[in-house]
Amino acid sequence: MRLEVGYINIKDVQFGNATEVKDSVLYVNKQDMLDCIGSDPRLEKIDIDIAKPGEEVRITPVKDVIQPRVKAEGPSGVFPGFVSKVDTVGSGRTHVLRGANVVTTGRIVGFQEGLIDMTGPGADYTPFSKSCNVVVICEPIEDLKQHQHEEAIRLVGLKAAAYLAEAARDLAPDELKTYETKPLLEQVNEYQGLPKVAYVYMLQSQGLLHDTYVYGVDAKQIIPTLIYPTEVMDGAIISGNCVSACDKNTTYHHLNNPIIHDLFEKHGKELNFVGVVITNENVFLADKERSSNMTAKLVKMMGVDGVIISEEGFGNPDTDLIMNCKKIENEGIKTVIVTDEYAGRDGASQSLADADAKADAVVTAGNANEIIKLPPMKKIIGHIEPVDVIAGGFKGSLKEDGSIEAELQVITGATNELGYNRLSATTV
Amino acid sequence: MSKLRVVHYINQFFAGLGGEEKADVKPEIREGKVGPGMAFAAALGQEAEIVATVVCGDSFYGENMEEARKLVLDMVKGQKAHLFIAGPAFNAGRYGVACGDICKAVSEELGIPVLTGMYIENPGADIYRKHVSIVQTGNSAADMRNAVPAMAKAALKLARGEDLKASEDGVMEKGIRKNMYREARGSQRAVDMLIAKLSGQPFETEYPMPDFDRVPPNPAVEDISKAKIALVTSGGIVPKGNPDNIEASSATKYGKYDIDGVTDLTSDAYQTAHGGYDPVYANDDPDRVLPVDVLRDMEKEGVIGGLHRYFYSTVGNGTSVANSVGFASKFAKELKEDGVDAVILTST
Repeated sequence: MRLEVGYINIKDVQFGNATEVKDSVLYVNKQDMLDCIGSDPRLEKIDIDIAKPGEEVRITPVKDVIQPRVKAEGPSGVFPGFVSKVDTVGSGRTHVLRGANVVTTGRIVGFQEGLIDMTGPGADYTPFSKSCNVVVICEPIEDLKQHQHEEAIRLVGLKAAAYLAEAARDLAPDELKTYETKPLLEQVNEYQGLPKVAYVYMLQSQGLLHDTYVYGVDAKQIIPTLIYPTEVMDGAIISGNCVSACDKNTTYHHLNNPIIHDLFEKHGKELNFVGVVITNENVFLADKERSSNMTAKLVKMMGVDGVIISEEGFGNPDTDLIMNCKKIENEGIKTVIVTDEYAGRDGASQSLADADAKADAVVTAGNANEIIKLPPMKKIIGHIEPVDVIAGGFKGSLKEDGSIEAELQVITGATNELGYNRLSATTV
Repeated sequence: MSKLRVVHYINQFFAGLGGEEKADVKPEIREGKVGPGMAFAAALGQEAEIVATVVCGDSFYGENMEEARKLVLDMVKGQKAHLFIAGPAFNAGRYGVACGDICKAVSEELGIPVLTGMYIENPGADIYRKHVSIVQTGNSAADMRNAVPAMAKAALKLARGEDLKASEDGVMEKGIRKNMYREARGSQRAVDMLIAKLSGQPFETEYPMPDFDRVPPNPAVEDISKAKIALVTSGGIVPKGNPDNIEASSATKYGKYDIDGVTDLTSDAYQTAHGGYDPVYANDDPDRVLPVDVLRDMEKEGVIGGLHRYFYSTVGNGTSVANSVGFASKFAKELKEDGVDAVILTST
């Protein structure tokens, strides 16, 4: 399967009379956009704002970040099962607005939503302080149940990204990259002599607001399966969860999965990247056993020499991570796992809820419990009060002057377990 | 530039007062350097000067820790010190504990850099390495000539505001995890690590796996119909309003709640404080997480001997293993004292 990705660089976003891209500036016709994305009776009010790098702006509570993408040539459309039909994606040509993102906010759904600072010390921890953000603020009707609330906002976010990306459909990209994975038997034989590598992609599926969707299907209900890496770039996997902000994979992270990109970088040179196995992180033991058994069996069937396994979330999914690692190592396949840590505010606690000697190659994205201090910002988009209750916040996190003292956990994408950042941790 | 003012802490033996028979002397302060202070003065050179030495008997410190700590702190306070050095204690257990404890207290109370030195197996090392920089020394005073220059060098670095590294400065790892930035992003590090692992090249894991504390299940309760059962949960069930303000995540406390006469947890009286899951179903009927209703039935039917009067609850959402162990070691003791025979642990 072969996908061309055309990147259109966006350096600024402004409201304008028409939604279009001119000279790397994305103009947004606010009313037109509102008309297109807002018809869900579960949402009482939708508004749109813009936040740019360097501005004294704090966006919270952040639910998801979505990069605008459009299928410029070829079959199907992005976000299959949501804004497009469920045709198989990952081939043809996709155009991307690179540098502009949709961020969804509004009244809090659960406790596990995040915060993005566009400047100051908090901005260093999140990739989304570096993009021009079209912030969609959704306020639900009274007494809407949380799972309905989450779904309504998830759909608005995807629609908003698809709406903006239409502006990129007929543009000439600033950069065009091609990603290709051959059918398994061909791919395995393509680079004789290079180690064959697969990626085991764990999807958050603990349920009760911890969900991920694959072609529109709740990942709780999948059994591990093989996909082409380019399917992910077209939005085959999207985030639908309110897990702690620092290490949930936003839809942006799925679309730009850095493990997939960095494996492609070495593909045909130092390794042979043959495919992706997606699996889940269900809470029942039988599900954990089944999924890790299937995953180990699948990578063995593929005949690979090594895998990278990425986790999403922490605590309960640590057990899935270690099961996957152990069972795959037991098949004689080498593993590297990517995780983050909950070592306590003082860093003195054990970092993961499970451990095994076979997990001897670990990449860590940092200790999410470490305390950070964030200065007040001039403008808040969303609602500031939930800072005391979002995961990583505590009573008194929000100070009278608007500054915040909380765990790093509160910042969207800060300890991303796909390895999107340079942040890590070490023993001192 | 004026010299840094250093206060040095030593025990009765190194002060020349005597051995075990003098181990109960109370803290006293002397002007200038004493005993190993001579060697420190030489090693510190022009940058720093020992302005005072506090001497304290090891037994006195060990047996009266709070009092000793306070007395020594008061003495150090008066010296306007820039740097505090204790020991080296080598393998002397009580001395090592005293050095670690007073360094921790000085650091916390006075906010100045502190350093001590001891043998890796000194009990003080395990207790205080998390809090205090400890230079690793030999196990006896024969190592004084190596220990002192290493400690002086490390202490000066600390005074200059530099971080100490286990590999360079001979200090013990504190064993705590600290955030830092690496050169490449995590995904690239993972790919590079896998290539190294596949080709048999050396690679370094970023998180060495700890020895995992696996708890074997106890044997089954012999006669459940006579057993007193308690409920303990990490699912966050608390009386409505969360009176103890248990955090929605990364909990630092637990609650103990009286359910005498309660036969059913209703949504009017109970809720969950947990921030890690959709609370709708737990708040609708808190028995779904903490099954008081079912256990009351079983109590009535004689299936169990009885339900304990109190339940314990915390939030297991990003809560550190260390905090969890801390909570349980406290309330497990209470449960035992209250004659509880078995506990049902529920999560979310």
